[in-house]
Amino acid sequence: MVIRPRPFSIKRMPGFSLLALACFFALYMPLAPLVVYSFNAGNNIALWEGLSLRWYVAAWENDLVQSAAIRSVVVATIASVIATVLATMAALGTTRTRPYRGQTSIYAMVNQPLMVPEIVTAVALLILFALIKESTGYHGYAYLVIAHTAFCIPFAYLPIRARLEGMDHVLETAAADLYATPWRTFTKVTLPLLLPGILAGAMLAFVISLDDVVITEFVKSAGQDTLPTYMLGQLRRNITPEINAISTVLLGVSVIMVTVIFFLSRKKT
Amino acid sequence: MSSQPTGDRQGFESLEAKAYQREVRRNLLLSTPALIVLFCAASGPLLIMLVFSFLTAGDYGGIKWQFSTEAWFQVAFYKDIFDETVTIADAHLSIFWRSVKLSFLTTLVAFLLGFPTAYFIATRPVETRNIWLFLVTIPFWTNLLIRTFAILEIIRNQGLVNTVLIGLGVIDQPLDMLFTDIAILLGMTYVYIPLMILPIYASMERLDFRLVEAAYDLYASRWRVLMRVILPLVKPGVIAGSILVFIPSLGAYVTPRVLGGGKHLMIGNLIELQFGQGRNWPLGAALSLTLLVIVMVALMVYVRSVQKEGAGHGH
Amino acid sequence: MKLMFNAILSSLMLVFSGITMAAGELNFYNWGNYTNPELIEKFEKETGIKVTITDYDSNETALAKVRAGGHGFDLAVPSHSHLPIWVSEGLIANARVDQMPNFKNVAEEWRNPDWDPGRQYSAPWQWGSVGVMVDTSVYSGDINTFGIILDPPEELIGKINVAPEMNDVISSALLYLGGEACSGDKALLKKARDKLVEAKPKWKSMDYGVIEKFAGRDLAASLYWNGAAFRARLKNPDVRYGYPREGYSLWADAVVLLKDAKNVEEAKTFMNFIMAPENAGLISAFARYANSIVGSEKYMPEDMATAPEVVVPAEFIGAGKFYPTCSPEVQKIYTAIWTELQK
Repeated sequence: MVIRPRPFSIKRMPGFSLLALACFFALYMPLAPLVVYSFNAGNNIALWEGLSLRWYVAAWENDLVQSAAIRSVVVATIASVIATVLATMAALGTTRTRPYRGQTSIYAMVNQPLMVPEIVTAVALLILFALIKESTGYHGYAYLVIAHTAFCIPFAYLPIRARLEGMDHVLETAAADLYATPWRTFTKVTLPLLLPGILAGAMLAFVISLDDVVITEFVKSAGQDTLPTYMLGQLRRNITPEINAISTVLLGVSVIMVTVIFFLSRKKT
Repeated sequence: MSSQPTGDRQGFESLEAKAYQREVRRNLLLSTPALIVLFCAASGPLLIMLVFSFLTAGDYGGIKWQFSTEAWFQVAFYKDIFDETVTIADAHLSIFWRSVKLSFLTTLVAFLLGFPTAYFIATRPVETRNIWLFLVTIPFWTNLLIRTFAILEIIRNQGLVNTVLIGLGVIDQPLDMLFTDIAILLGMTYVYIPLMILPIYASMERLDFRLVEAAYDLYASRWRVLMRVILPLVKPGVIAGSILVFIPSLGAYVTPRVLGGGKHLMIGNLIELQFGQGRNWPLGAALSLTLLVIVMVALMVYVRSVQKEGAGHGH
Repeated sequence: MKLMFNAILSSLMLVFSGITMAAGELNFYNWGNYTNPELIEKFEKETGIKVTITDYDSNETALAKVRAGGHGFDLAVPSHSHLPIWVSEGLIANARVDQMPNFKNVAEEWRNPDWDPGRQYSAPWQWGSVGVMVDTSVYSGDINTFGIILDPPEELIGKINVAPEMNDVISSALLYLGGEACSGDKALLKKARDKLVEAKPKWKSMDYGVIEKFAGRDLAASLYWNGAAFRARLKNPDVRYGYPREGYSLWADAVVLLKDAKNVEEAKTFMNFIMAPENAGLISAFARYANSIVGSEKYMPEDMATAPEVVVPAEFIGAGKFYPTCSPEVQKIYTAIWTELQK
């Protein structure tokens, strides 16, 4: 075999692509049993008893699990959007600036939700929100959204900040010199440059909110089960493949979304 | 820059000071909304915990409004339930040590896998980068518990990994991975790796490859380019990623419980126990505040040291 | 699709409106995966009352949430061990269950339990026991003892699971050593700790989800609840459930009316409803535990009526006891033992 020398590419790092592809493989491989068991005829998530769609039918007919799944996605969307906006603002206020008093405290406070196990925040919120619920009589979703927004903020903040730290002021200064208003400079220069960070942050926030179980368990009011709390309740008894079916549907939805975005963005370019 | 020509140095300085004040005010204004939400739903409620840690445990969970430092005593010392001798709380220490060790290893493995992956994504054509990014997060649309069970499913004795390895003739006995520290490590890495990949990607995406090219022009080896040019440039992302992986793993408890077979506690489990069946809320509060302080200090030291190191490199 | 759409719409609407407490609603707070949807459907059809179910995962969570207030629930299902705490803390309203029309269906021995004298507060839901499950193809000796877990025979070592339930595990050890659950006897507690520490290396896991592991023969013994043992036997016919003759603990979950319930009449209707044999049968058919209603067997799947996991064999009835929750002092020792065990 003749080894043809590959043209030298400055971007290539030997082994990196292989490691990356292995990483993607590892990310998706464990999902295979998950998807497979969603077609299980038996009522078990780890014991194969034949092919069937019964869990899809069951999930379809089970209002409880369906509304829990939708509720999870709705809460995660709202919370991650708010968290990302707030985190972007906070990142702009704490990076690329001359040091000022309180900067470190803000940094610490923004990251604080990462540092205590969920159960602690959960119990504290339970007590605080119960007081508010009792005095106002309002039992709606605002509590869940606020709680989720709060713990999503550091997950959105850190990637955005990381992106921002490496950006210099050159382009913004240039825009200002060309008499662009600060707002125009922000929307036309800063924001587009920052976008990959914002996107990464928003995705993390969304996923983290989707996963939350303990805080939700303690904050939720009547009829506000999310998919994770629904599963937590099942843990002691038996988790049924209904959950696999719902998760497979969620995976399907996300894959479709990505495909659509892909084709839309291709059309544009 | 356009500024009024002024011969008066003092005037210039006060102008400068005003600009600085404006900047500070702008910064505070930008940070305030996030801080308000955090104060209402994270740090503020933590004050409740601070109060609780100085109260007496209620008989059936909750607290009694009686001042006590018992909980703080219990964090560090262990009074033997039988002979009343007081010793250092070695159970707490060994649980803490296990958590730190596993979280550190998780961060390391996540970095070793996550860095090349982020690099790979960042070097794709611009229009496909976001697709790859989405591909990283899609598995996480399924819930944490179900992901953990999926890992359990593939590493158990008759699971996918063992079946394939035996089928290929690599091993003849199934590897007994389930309910070991290796299982916890694998599981936590799987659960937390996007938290490493995404921040690194965010700061890698704007990597200026002209610098890399310049380094190659100066006959730098790939390894040297990686260590001396790329890594320092994406350092903010690496810092963010390791914080996002290390700290949550420290408090994790679903993954250790499911994959570790629940035989060993981690800090998260220990604290949860106090709020649950242990019915000792003040101890739970005191333990978590201890954890908070330790992590906060470690974070400050870490961020300061890597930033200083970065500055030392000087370009 | 229409259902999906409706669900999206209603969740969105709820975001803005909060839950409105209109007449004809009922908020039921129960253990997860414990309420038969058919039961709720039947109830809604017969009464026109709309039921909203919310899950919890442990007595501690439920107690903490109800105690904090502002929860919006009408009915909850605490275990017998916690029920007296709920009563003494004033969380439960007296629904006078004993005067409800369907109370006549409650079996004699369930009409005056220690934990709810006169049965005024709670309507029976389900009950069961904590025992051992054993795969008899692996070990064929005597299984009616906690020795299976604490002094395991050679064949079972490394194939044992223990439910990660502090109270059940330590209480079982105390019973095995000849004491009572929640005993304050320090010498005995110390022995229990030593026994557990000694036995633990012989265990494989401390975990839930045993049914599939027995079916896949990954496990051969477990300290667990009877209903799960029953369901495991349906997957693996070699699985048997042992009632430890040295003593084992029983538990019962019961429906109570919360003091700050908004829908009191609807809640009482529901409490009465579940004491009818055909409805109690539905409850058991779903979660596979026994209930306390005479005549409900007719409405259960056939395999349940004779299952030795559900119907306690006569010789073991005497050994089972309901234990109240431990005193705060003993609970502290329990927690210390548990932490020691898992450090």
